[in-house]
Amino acid sequence: MSIGSDIAALFAEVAQEQHKTMAPLSDELGLLETGLDSLCFAIIVARLEDRLEVDPFSAEDEIDFPVTVGDFIRLYEHAAASAAH
Amino acid sequence: MPQPLPRTEQSSLWQSLSFAGRLSRRWLSDPDARVSLAALSRGSSLGRRLDELRGRSVLLWARDQLPAALALIELDGIARRIVLCPPDISSSHLPGVIATAGVDAVVGDRAAAELGGDIFVPCGASITPGAPNREAREVTEWVLLTSGTTGVPKLVRHTLATLSGAMAAARPLGHGAVWSTFYDMRRYGGLQIFLRAMLGGGSMVLSSALEPVGNFLARAGGLGVSHISGTPSHWRRALMSAAAGRIAPRYVRLSGEIADQAILDHLRAAFPGADVAHAFASTEAGVAFDVGDGFAGFPASYLGRRGDVEMRVADGSLRIKSGRTALGYLGDGAPPLCDADGFVDTGDMVELSDGRYHFVGRRGGVINIGGQKVHPEEIEAVINRHPDVQMSLVRARKNPITGAIVVADVVVTSEHAPLDALKGEILDACRGTLARYKVPAAIRFVPAIEVAASGKLARING
Repeated sequence: MSIGSDIAALFAEVAQEQHKTMAPLSDELGLLETGLDSLCFAIIVARLEDRLEVDPFSAEDEIDFPVTVGDFIRLYEHAAASAAH
Repeated sequence: MPQPLPRTEQSSLWQSLSFAGRLSRRWLSDPDARVSLAALSRGSSLGRRLDELRGRSVLLWARDQLPAALALIELDGIARRIVLCPPDISSSHLPGVIATAGVDAVVGDRAAAELGGDIFVPCGASITPGAPNREAREVTEWVLLTSGTTGVPKLVRHTLATLSGAMAAARPLGHGAVWSTFYDMRRYGGLQIFLRAMLGGGSMVLSSALEPVGNFLARAGGLGVSHISGTPSHWRRALMSAAAGRIAPRYVRLSGEIADQAILDHLRAAFPGADVAHAFASTEAGVAFDVGDGFAGFPASYLGRRGDVEMRVADGSLRIKSGRTALGYLGDGAPPLCDADGFVDTGDMVELSDGRYHFVGRRGGVINIGGQKVHPEEIEAVINRHPDVQMSLVRARKNPITGAIVVADVVVTSEHAPLDALKGEILDACRGTLARYKVPAAIRFVPAIEVAASGKLARING
């Protein structure tokens, strides 16, 4: 499984737990248009930290805050790749 | 037979406990020794040196509870001030305590040369025969230590009268009762039980920090404990022990933390012959009230009651004014203990529902989740309702999106559902009762949850 598909599955998992109706995901979809709110993203980020052992938001490097789903996935792909080195 | 009223207004602890009578049939015990109160009428636990301590500010610095308890009985009315050191006090805080309290004598069960003080008097559980002069010339100030948020202890001033104020009202005290508590008797909750035993004509089984809870319960049961107290965390841990069946108390008391409905129900089931009561008390505010109806929280009508204790709720927290309130903090520049009307702000937050006030948590323990305030205790109360849950701890986990999210550590009972199913059931229960930001984002099953020396859950985020 790729990080991208893991993240998509996690979005769906949290949306279901939080009783949110999620828009069909695409790379270009804005995070604010996914139907998920900030609590959902807080939970997603926490679970990703547990699963991937990275938290790009709290890393020392300055990051561009993700705007789209694609940005969000790339942020984690990049963080996971850096952590692996 | 009517019981004698404790005469603490006028009398020293020794005089009051003697007045309660039957000294030869009353005792104090710890894992190593048992001392009859009658022995104290014929001797002293302080060698022959009690008179040297007259009028002094005494640091009571004992490792074990029995020497501390015996010394307290002897020192009230003799010393000007007694500072009750809990055994876990950090040595880095001791010099500050000694300076603030003007300590000029140390009573202890171990060498204490480094503590200073003009004199050192050893205390212990053995009684030196003699006829100590127990004439009380002082209204002794009792100083209790509480941990502030910074960890630096605050010194809280009481007298025997403020400490025992709840007892004249709370009768029967159980003449001939055998009292015990999981608390250390140098903390407010433990001291209340010690004084009930001494002033009410009873005996007492003292705990020991080194003794496993099962051994303590077996020992207390063997000595016929009839009245026993602890925090809800103490009790949750005790109920995990097979030795819980070794005691058959008539009175079970909870204090020091929020007593949720689950722990009240568990205790009633475990001890069907016992009255189960939860009390609200704090070192600063004193004992405010007992609730004996079996339900969590307390009736809203308590706020309108006239009597020894007045209560009000302001800015969400419980405020208390009574003759049992501490006299103040010790030390230059110490903050006032009461507001202008004489009320102590307990910092315990309450919410009214269905005619009852429920404790929701500490003001300082709030977790902020994206601007929404959460008390961990209210989430724990929901988790603890699951029959397979022994205890839980809800804490904040840092989060880059909302600042924090809540996560829960859970200890399960010995017989429990498969953990995945259990996690789902706990989360369902939370979602059914709590706002969504209060539902734990993660649940971790752990073998144990740390209980601090105070008997309270060790909370790291608040």
